[in-house]
Parts: sequence; structure tokens; C-alpha cells
Amino acid sequence: MIKAINFIWIILLTLPFCVAQKGDVLIKGGTVLTITQGVKEQTDVLVLNGKIAGIGKNLQGPNGIKSIDATGLYVMPGIIDAHSHIAIDAVNEASHPVTAEVNVGEAIDPFDIAMYRALAGGVTISHAMHGSANAIGGQCQTIKHRYGNMDPETYKMEGAPRTIKFALGENPIRVHGEGQGIVPRTRMGVEQVFRSAFSEARVYRKSQNEFKSGLLAMAPAYNLRMETLADILDGKILIHCHSYRADEILMLMKVLKDFGVNKICFQHVNEGFKVAPELAAFGASASVFADWWAYKFEVYYSTAYNAAILTKNGVVTSINSDSDELIRHLYHEAAKTQKYGGLTDDEALKLITLNPAIQLGIDARVGSIDQGKDGDIAIFAGHPLSVYAIPQYTLVDGKVVFDRKNDPADMRLDVDPDEKFDFKFYERLAERDKCMQDVTETLFFGQQYHNALHGH
Amino acid sequence: MKQIYTFIILVLVAGQLSAQMVAKSEAGPFLLRNATIHTITSGDFTGDLYIKDDKIVQLGVNLRPEGKYTTIDCSGKHIYPGMIDAGTQLGLSEIESISVTNDFNEVGDLVPQMQALTAVNPNAVTIPVTRTNGITTALVAPKGGRFPGTAAVIDLHGYTPEQMDAGFKGVVMNFPSSGRRGRWDRRSDEDIKKDSEKALKKLDEIWADAVLYAKIDSAANSQKTQIAGYQPEMEALKSVVNKKTLLLVEVNKSSDILLAIDWIKKTGVKAVLTGVAEGYRVASKIAEAGLAVITGPVLDTPRREYDKYDAPYTNAAVMFKAGIKVAIRTDEAENVRNLPFNAGFAAAYGLGKEEALRAITIVPAEILGMEDRYGSIEPGKVANLLICNGDPLETKTIIDHLFIRGWKIPMENRHTLLYDEFLKRSPGLK
Repeated sequence: MIKAINFIWIILLTLPFCVAQKGDVLIKGGTVLTITQGVKEQTDVLVLNGKIAGIGKNLQGPNGIKSIDATGLYVMPGIIDAHSHIAIDAVNEASHPVTAEVNVGEAIDPFDIAMYRALAGGVTISHAMHGSANAIGGQCQTIKHRYGNMDPETYKMEGAPRTIKFALGENPIRVHGEGQGIVPRTRMGVEQVFRSAFSEARVYRKSQNEFKSGLLAMAPAYNLRMETLADILDGKILIHCHSYRADEILMLMKVLKDFGVNKICFQHVNEGFKVAPELAAFGASASVFADWWAYKFEVYYSTAYNAAILTKNGVVTSINSDSDELIRHLYHEAAKTQKYGGLTDDEALKLITLNPAIQLGIDARVGSIDQGKDGDIAIFAGHPLSVYAIPQYTLVDGKVVFDRKNDPADMRLDVDPDEKFDFKFYERLAERDKCMQDVTETLFFGQQYHNALHGH
Repeated sequence: MKQIYTFIILVLVAGQLSAQMVAKSEAGPFLLRNATIHTITSGDFTGDLYIKDDKIVQLGVNLRPEGKYTTIDCSGKHIYPGMIDAGTQLGLSEIESISVTNDFNEVGDLVPQMQALTAVNPNAVTIPVTRTNGITTALVAPKGGRFPGTAAVIDLHGYTPEQMDAGFKGVVMNFPSSGRRGRWDRRSDEDIKKDSEKALKKLDEIWADAVLYAKIDSAANSQKTQIAGYQPEMEALKSVVNKKTLLLVEVNKSSDILLAIDWIKKTGVKAVLTGVAEGYRVASKIAEAGLAVITGPVLDTPRREYDKYDAPYTNAAVMFKAGIKVAIRTDEAENVRNLPFNAGFAAAYGLGKEEALRAITIVPAEILGMEDRYGSIEPGKVANLLICNGDPLETKTIIDHLFIRGWKIPMENRHTLLYDEFLKRSPGLK
């Protein structure tokens, strides 16, 4: 009985956390980097019920409103990461080259500390992506970092368009061709995976439509994979495609053109600079690393000037992390485009705010400090493009979710007093190429392949 | 005739574009005029700097050296000593995922005789990419088992490893870890404990052998004979036992750091701690032991899930304030170019600009025993310099010129050449 009462208590105590809250706040006297309307000195930003209600001088909020003194600080829109794998506990459903039916939204992990650490770097929204093991991977989830909520559902950004992960090149080739002996083992095979999947989906949707209009007596058997693929063909899902080489980028644009699809953001896209005019003409966007290269062969011919070349060629470009380390300092990654290609402050800041918002289809809601937009705000000591910048506060929907002054030294709720030997330390915790998480060489290629690859 | 010229020009241009090799460096002497010179060791001043052969020869105002030299007007510019990254795999790894291009991890747990300098590829694409960000000198270290090999320091210009050799050798030791290797490490707590205890015991056995070997060797030497039998690993450890060669002790977890301090005391070796991710937890103990530290990367995640988010950023500052001599490294191969940004983050999170700059110039030179030749701008030191338009740790600062051993290095690399070729691609769309 006591146990049951305790259980009820726990439920009652956690209930308030299950509803994402919206806040009121008045941020006073900061240098506001609006992104869309330039820089406004000594300006207040008023957030009411989670939305930006005013930007101007001497704003007044309702009585008793929480206020933040931003004198001498920089106020910018919350940073958006268009490529991340934090806050999800599964990344790759690497069982088939096409797995459009799965959705990482089913695997949100509200307890991932990486989310708090991203907030400590000013990042309020990330695109939780499926991995790159499959040519057509799973659907992704745009999440708001409403850290502290227990219910995974509260992290999903309501109204954000559906997105799906595609992948070209080495990863699907390694996992399926080399690993399982099935197509694709080459970049030729990758093309045919798309053509075949899209063709099948087109027939599926056509049969459904013909059934609806009475031309067919029976509807095709319900198939979630086909439903998803057909929705892509109908333009209802944005494609985010892991890609590196110029040739494979051109290939996918041609395939999409043949199937009448035009919404695509190329991810990583290290050789995007080589086909920037083609990307711009297609209307494709690009989400890149600031300077990562040479970690595999398909990124050997890279340049840190990629973002600058793409931007100057008119491609909507963002800088992403794909890493729980890089996501902590995307503002610094964006600044690298000033060293490598001389982008202006506005151009550089757009790479981590408005541009990723456009790529995720959420630019009407976030990505700049404009009246009516969400109260997702990052406040920095020092200009965010300076190496010496230090994030001070991060707000999501007007709620302070990171406050440097009140940051705990130890994130544990309880420390085990019986802990005698300390096993919590990791020699390496930051990971690269998270796109291949859950796919280990030994798991997919067997020990023999592992030995051959590593020469022992 | 005109056609021949056109042909020659075409060949030259095509050669440049397709090869993506950088231009040749220029020989001195050079007079760098009218710059703000940041010496690191004796303040800043505005004046001239004269380079001849591989050395900084003279500093002063209105210098008029004898003989021929090239003058570079540096008005409004800043001169700093070249940065030193005291922990990298630069030149030992070309493409991370392709194992045949990785030369830093030899088979075996006890292979201190493996020489990093042997496997440095002087023509690695990563080297021009790195140096054009102001890093002129790097410690290149083997990685892997308990004693993975002997590290070397190289200058980032030259066509043979010998030309690049900056004259330092140090033996690398990975101190036994009682932490998890990564998220994928599924060993039970009990197994980790057993493994680390076993590893410590094994280390002591190896060391007892090395001490014995050194004793027999010196006895044999005094009788002008040689030890029978070829034991290259013991031969490599001999100079560490004899306190002639520095031991680079890689250790990161706080409790392991304490054990490493004890071990260093017990064996009496000349050692420096590297990595030291949790130095902030035991800073006073490291300071008490009088050990120097080469820490980094700063741009890293905390090593425990529950740690304060900025622990990697503040670590260097906490250790410095405890009285430890702290150098900053990247522990990278292709991303060594981010060394100034690692220092910049440490500066912002408590270390301060001046000390952060010292942590990638004079301090690593001192730790590696090279401060008589490297790490600051002084007459007689190796002419490793950068000329830039502002704070060298700041992200957007542009480096205009670079000198390594007195050579004026072209500010080109694969990344800049691809930029030049593709910014305005020709042909464009059609």
C-alpha cells in the first residue's frame, strides 16, 4: 500500500513536467542581432506566452514579469542545428537499403545530457536525424530543446514539416553492398535504389487514387513504407540527403527531377562547392560542416571555404554539427566562414539561424528575432562570432533553460554514497560520424571483414 | 610563337589546377618592417625583424642590415612566433577511415622503438592546410598500446622527415586507464577494475625489465662489451630509465592521474603528463608533484555524463591557477589547424589571452626542452613566425605571411586552391 501511495506521489510530482511550458520574459538593453533587420543596440525584447511580443526601447511587460538585464550582452535567435543525432536513443535501422517507414520521433530520449550541453552553446532546436546506413533511411524529427520535460512528446516541434533522411556514397555502399552483398555496392546501385523505390511508390499511389475514383475494385494492401515514399513524391516530406561527392549530388537531383520532386537539402555535401551553380538552379539547399574533412576518402577533396562558395553562389546554406561536441559551439563554427571566405556577420549568423530554419521548413516560426516568432533566444557575453564569446542564457519558448550563473557543478540528482570504485569516466565520449551509430563493422561485416580491414 | 606561349601558359595553369600542389617557398634574408612584434617573452614593440638563413637575427627600430634582402612592409600588422601543437598525429594519418593511410598505431603493446619521424609524410596534404593557420611546429606522436612508440617534433616545412626534424624525441606511454574506452565499452565494472589492476601490474613488470636492462647495459658498457640479443623495445626505454629522454604519460581520469603521479615518483623518470582531461579534479596534486601538463583538446565534451558542461574549456585555467605549467594541444591529425581556437576557448574560460597564447608557443617549447630555439621572438631563435591582421586566437583573423625556418611559406593549401578554382566556376551552368 505504501508503495502504491509513493507511486501516486511520483506521478503527481512529475505531472507538471509533462506539459511543455511557455514563458514571459523581458530581456533588457542588449545588442540585438535580429538576423532579418540588422543589429539593434540597447534594445529590449519582450516575450509573452512563449512568443516574441515586442522589440524596441523601454518596453514594459506585465507586472512581475521576469526580466533579464542584457546590458553589454548580445541577444540572438536560438541557434538551429539542421543535422544532429542527440536526444534519440536509436539512429540507424540498418536492416534494408530502404526503411522509409521508421521514424526517429519514436526514439526520443528526454534524458540525453547532450541536449543540455547544446543549450549551453545556445542551440534551441535540432533536427534529430536517422543515420546514413540506408539510401532511404527513416523519417527525422525536428525537436525543441525543452530540457527538463519527462515526456518525449513535448520535444517534438509542433507543426514542423515531416523530413526524411537519404544517404549516398560510402555509408550505404559499405553497409549493404560490402556488408550484405546486396545492391548498392556502387554509386550506380545507389541511383537504382531510388529509382526503383520511387517507381514502386508511384504505382502504389496511382492504385490508391484509382481505387478512390472507382477505377479499381480493390485498394493496394496498406504499406507504411510505400505510404511514406508516395508522400515524398507528393511533396509532403522534405528530403535531407547525406551526400559528399559532386557526382552523386548531381545524380540525385536528376532522379528527383524525373520524379517531380523539388524539396531537398543536401547534408554534409562536402563537394557541394563543385556544383554550387547546379544546386542553386535546382533550388536545393546545403547544410555543411565548417571545416571537417579527410576523415574518409569521399571528403578528402574538401575545402573549408565550402559554405562561402555555396553562399556566394546563391545556395541557402547552413552549418551543422552531426556531433554532440560540435553542437556545443556552432556559433564558433559559423565564425570560421569569416576566416575561410570572408562572409559578413549577417551571412555567418544566418548559417546557424534563419537558413537552417528554412531548410527545416520552420522559418515562419523561428530563426530570427521578429515579432510573432517563438521566444527561442540565446544571450552571449561577447559577440557570438568571437572565439571569446560565452553563452549566458538560453531560452526556449520564453523559458530560461540554460543560465550560466545557475549551472550546477554536478548534473546528478543523487550521488550514490556507496559508490566505491568510479566507472563513470569515458576515455572518449565525443564521437565523429554519428551518422553510422548503431552500425559497427563487426556487427555488419563480421569479424573476418574487421580483421581484413584492420590488418590483424 | 604566340601559340607556343599560349600552350606553355595553358600547361602551367592546367598543372596548377589539377595537381593541387602548393607553390614553392622563398628563401631569405627578409626584413619585416614596421610591425607590432609580440615577442611573448619580452613584451610587445613596434619595429623591424631581420631573418637570415633559418634564424631571427635582429630586432629593433629602423634596422639596416648589410647585404641583400627582401623587405616586407608590415605596417598595421602583427608578428607572433609560430604556434606549437604539442600533441598530434599530423603527417602520420592521411585519411582517418582508411587504415592503410594511418601510420600511428603499430602492432603490439610494447613498441617504444617505433619512430613517428620515420612515418611522417612530408608531402601530406594536411601539412600546408595546418601551417597556413599559423601552426609552424608539431609534436607527432604514435598512439595505441602501453608504449606505442617514440614521438618527434617537426617543423611544418621540408621534403624529408630529416629536414623537418626539430630535434626532440620523447617516448609515449599510455598510463593504464580505469575508465571506459567509449560508449561502446560494455565491460562490467568488475571487469574494468580487474583489467586496470592487471595493466598496472604488467606495467611494473615491463618497467622492472627496463631497469634491469639499463643496468646490464651500463655494466656491459663499462666493460666495453655489448649485451647479447636484440631487444629494441628495451633499448628504446633505456634512455627513459636513464632520465635522458622525456616520457610523455597520457592519462586522463582523475584517479589514474594520481596513480601516474605515484608511478612517476616511484620510477624517478623525467615525465610530462598529456591529455589530463580531469586535471581540474586533482590540480593541486599535479602542482605538488611539480609535473608539467600538455592538455587538450579543449574543444571536447566532458568525460562524464554528469560533469559541468564547460569542464573541458576551464580545465587548462584551473590547472594553470594551481601553479601547473600548461601547454595546449589538439590531439588531432587533419584538424590541427584548430589549435588557436582551442587556445581561444581556454582563454575565454579563465586562462586569459596572454597565457593561452603562451600555452601554444613558449610553454610547449619549455616542456619539450626546446625553449632555447623555439617558442618566442628573440635573436638567435629559429625563424618560425606568422604575420597577421589581429589577435591570432580570434576566429576571423587572417594570416598574411608565414615563415618556417626562415623560409617564406606560400599561403596556399588544398582548401584555398579549391576556393580559387570553384568560387566562380568556369564554365558555370553551361
